[in-house]
Amino acid sequence: MTVPTITQSARPLSLPVNWWRRGGYLALGLYTAYALSTLEITWERILRGLPQGAKFLSRMWPPNFEPQKMELMRDGMIESIGIAILATFFGVLLSLPLGVLAARNLMPSAVSWTARAFIALLRSFNPLIVAILFVKAIGFGALAGILALIVGSLGFVSKLFAEAIEEMNLKQVEAVRATGASFMSVLIMGVLPQVLARFAGFSAYQLDSNLRNSTMVGIVGGGGIGAALFTATQRFDYDFMLTILLTIIGLIMISEIVSTQIRKLFQ
Amino acid sequence: MQNVTAPALRIEKLNKSYVAGKPVLHDISLDFASRGITAIIGPSGTGKSTLVRCINRLVTPTSGRILFGSTDITGLSGKNLRAVRRRIGMVHQEYSLVERLTVMENLLTGRLGYVPAWRAWLRRFPKQDIARAYELLDAVGLGDFANRRADQLSGGQRQRVGIARALMQQPDLLLADEPTSSLDPKTSVEIIELMAKLASARDIPVVINIHNVDLAKRFATRIIGMARGTVVFDGPPSALQDTHLADIYGGQSWIE
Repeated sequence: MTVPTITQSARPLSLPVNWWRRGGYLALGLYTAYALSTLEITWERILRGLPQGAKFLSRMWPPNFEPQKMELMRDGMIESIGIAILATFFGVLLSLPLGVLAARNLMPSAVSWTARAFIALLRSFNPLIVAILFVKAIGFGALAGILALIVGSLGFVSKLFAEAIEEMNLKQVEAVRATGASFMSVLIMGVLPQVLARFAGFSAYQLDSNLRNSTMVGIVGGGGIGAALFTATQRFDYDFMLTILLTIIGLIMISEIVSTQIRKLFQ
Repeated sequence: MQNVTAPALRIEKLNKSYVAGKPVLHDISLDFASRGITAIIGPSGTGKSTLVRCINRLVTPTSGRILFGSTDITGLSGKNLRAVRRRIGMVHQEYSLVERLTVMENLLTGRLGYVPAWRAWLRRFPKQDIARAYELLDAVGLGDFANRRADQLSGGQRQRVGIARALMQQPDLLLADEPTSSLDPKTSVEIIELMAKLASARDIPVVINIHNVDLAKRFATRIIGMARGTVVFDGPPSALQDTHLADIYGGQSWIE
């Protein structure tokens, strides 16, 4: 019999080595060492920074709760929350049709590729850069922040939504189509029920993420608490800065709870 | 009005190939009367499913014609196709219920050919549709299950919902694509029996594509045996002999 000899020769007693992967690790290690040396990150530099850090921390404490500052913060926070909620609402609403257009199992490839290219364009910039562009285009204020975060939400939610649609069970959709339902009816009764829970999850996550980002767009003039935070750092008002940071932490914790509840609701 | 003697469904020289040069269906011509149960039997991969799915145009034939009543449905698309589909009910393989909808909502999807999308969105279906859904749930023995989600039901229960959904369309023809493939033997019998009973009560023809030869012989009024993409047997169950089965499925040893 020739078969046993063939299988035996194909059974080496050492496992194959993935040289590509080993080479990758080696390259990463070498680059890290190179980058550290060119950016002059040395122990000496770190030690030099430590007293500065200690001074900074000591000037932050205790947090500043003066009524006048609190009023400034309250207005900023309310604006930030407004920016986040409006941006999430419109971003999520617009991502529904965009996600459907980008789903390759529902649309002809010309449509889905166009939609995908558009989504990729929306996703190519960090929200802060988009906010700078909107501030330059339409001027300072909350509107620029809202538009910037809508762009971000649209890119994120519609991409994940399209992927959820592509993973759904097509037999269920086909069964609805077989009843003579129109495309819109198939979407409503065959597609949406399958993806709604995940879509709600993405939206809740996006609300969470927009709350974080809405505290940042103010730094470049997009409205919200970010402006107050930036001013505080410029004026060395580190105690007021700590107040703002603590409030943002509180806000994000609350939003965490809210988004968990939203996801539960749509299970 | 449709003439009773004219075929309810006529298939003429139907060909289908998914890949050019490799036909799945080869020159199939069949007439179906306006009543009775036709079982299509044959080995896996012989085109039974494709044939049934050509009839409601889930699959588009490569050539040939399909006449539903007096309408040529082969080239229909858009609105006209949907108008034909809503007259053809289908019971699917592995139930194909929308898992996250309730039993009632699944039944009402059977009315989507008639109900506009915005009404479906708001779940504002016509009252007579809802009343009819309750009647059908009683008829399939699931009267208390209206508000259960489909994914909470057992296989047999799901396929009962599948039958009720198809009948919600008030179809002129009932198709079934391997309706018992994932059910145990006892439940399989019950499901086919239920389909036979409900279809004959409504006086509509049924075309079932099925693996189980015994079930086919027990409930069908006509059996079509397919092999290699063609019809190799067509006749009443009593005429189906072991030699035919050997021809349809190949080999002898499995026939006892």
